[in-house]
Amino acid sequence: MNKVKWKNICEDKDKRPEVQEYKNWKDLPPIPISFPIKGSIGTTGDWRTFKPVIDRDTCTKCGICWMYCPEGTIIRNKEGEFEVDYVYCKGCGICAKECPTKSIEMVRESEV
Amino acid sequence: MVEAKEDFTQERETKIIKGNVAAAYGAKSARVQVISAYPITPQTTVVEKLSEFADNGEMPGTQYLKFESEHSVMAATIGASTAGTRTFTATSGQGLFYMYEMVHWAAGARLPIVTTIASRGPAPPWNIWADFTDIISCRDTGWMISFASSHQEIYDDILMSYKISEDHEILLPKFVAYGGFTLSHTSKPVTLEDQDAVDDFLPPLPDERGWPHIFLDPERPMMHGNLIMPSGFYNEFRLKIHYAHTIAKQKIKDVTTEFEKKFGRSYGNGLIEEYKMKDAEVAILNYGELAMQMEEAVDDLRNEGYKVGCVKLRYLRPFPVEDIIHIANKVKVLGVADRATAFGSPTGGPVSSEVKAVLYGSGASTKILPIVMGLGGREVGLEQQKNQLKVLTKLNETGEFPKDMIEGTFWDGLLELD
Repeated sequence: MNKVKWKNICEDKDKRPEVQEYKNWKDLPPIPISFPIKGSIGTTGDWRTFKPVIDRDTCTKCGICWMYCPEGTIIRNKEGEFEVDYVYCKGCGICAKECPTKSIEMVRESEV
Repeated sequence: MVEAKEDFTQERETKIIKGNVAAAYGAKSARVQVISAYPITPQTTVVEKLSEFADNGEMPGTQYLKFESEHSVMAATIGASTAGTRTFTATSGQGLFYMYEMVHWAAGARLPIVTTIASRGPAPPWNIWADFTDIISCRDTGWMISFASSHQEIYDDILMSYKISEDHEILLPKFVAYGGFTLSHTSKPVTLEDQDAVDDFLPPLPDERGWPHIFLDPERPMMHGNLIMPSGFYNEFRLKIHYAHTIAKQKIKDVTTEFEKKFGRSYGNGLIEEYKMKDAEVAILNYGELAMQMEEAVDDLRNEGYKVGCVKLRYLRPFPVEDIIHIANKVKVLGVADRATAFGSPTGGPVSSEVKAVLYGSGASTKILPIVMGLGGREVGLEQQKNQLKVLTKLNETGEFPKDMIEGTFWDGLLELD
């Protein structure tokens, strides 16, 4: 009978590799586990049709866009200004919809 | 079951209790940390008794959770188990069917949840009495399934279940099924073991790191149960559940032996129990409480000179393939009595289908008689079981099957009113 070879993931929590490679079913753990890694399913910015562009002149830095962004792609920089991480922003437009001063415009990617 | 000898020195207590109360004491002795509950006849008194324990402080540190449905009960049990706790719940019939989606999830997530089922007949027509069709509908979910045939066995099997389920090479949820009302609401003496002895027998409760394959830690978030594409390892993870069942057979035998050494009560080899099978020419296989009564029937017929024996099936999953082939080779005729239905099945009831499947290609030339009886709590008396053994003996001696067979199955005890 083949000995089960999977490793106990609780034993050395800090030493766990980011990505584990399995050759066959005997090496697999009992269930598949994923750890969050930035961009693990690719650069989701590729999905975007409309791009949010922040108007610095009218932005009051209230942070509502930052709170509402479902993907955490609005980032507050050292000066307290908000920027969009275009590598991962999917272009959903929630930030533009919620912005109280209408400082975010959704621009068609082809027109940028 | 073989009774304990007197020389066991632990402090134990014998109480006359109902089967459901024995189940509640089993969960209490196993020090379960989370109990989620929704009542359904005939299971209700299990969770009622546990709520009493939780309320009067007899189970310190145990969370007792009430829900609006069985689906939520199993979902909560899964959540609690995923967080790394020993969990328990109980249900019956329609409640189990409502729970069904989550039942698959528990096995797929490899969570060692133990659930007792006070089996009842599926509706309609509405029925609340003993019938194992409910639990057998969970045959292919990946859960281990055992049958308890006495009040004591309900208590004992819950303890053994945690030890088997929580084994790091197995990690499967487990059902312990017993007949609704026949065991759940009748009272018998049950020996409740000393807490220190039970603690010593069971694996330690999981610590904050939870089970070896999953743990919830806000410092290091993880995700499980996510999508696997067809090209991913889905087939392989399914195979691993099956593989865990195959290695569980040996583990069950080991744990049963260990239990016997520790507490003095034995349950055959763990998977099956043979009774007077040494020189038996015909035998009958039962599961649940009727397997216990069948031992009486065998004794009576042995006194009349019949060479008969009986076998108690303890586990439906994993199925004791090797043991069934072994007993089939010992006898010329083997009856398989199901208190459950498998509509449209080519080979009788659900367990007789399994037995026939196992024997195909095994070289055994044993004649199998599938028997379906006692559905929805219909009484199967001692005389009826003795008659079943006589029918099997006649089949052995003359090759004659009973006259009123329906599609190869003997439906025993049908009403015929004048």
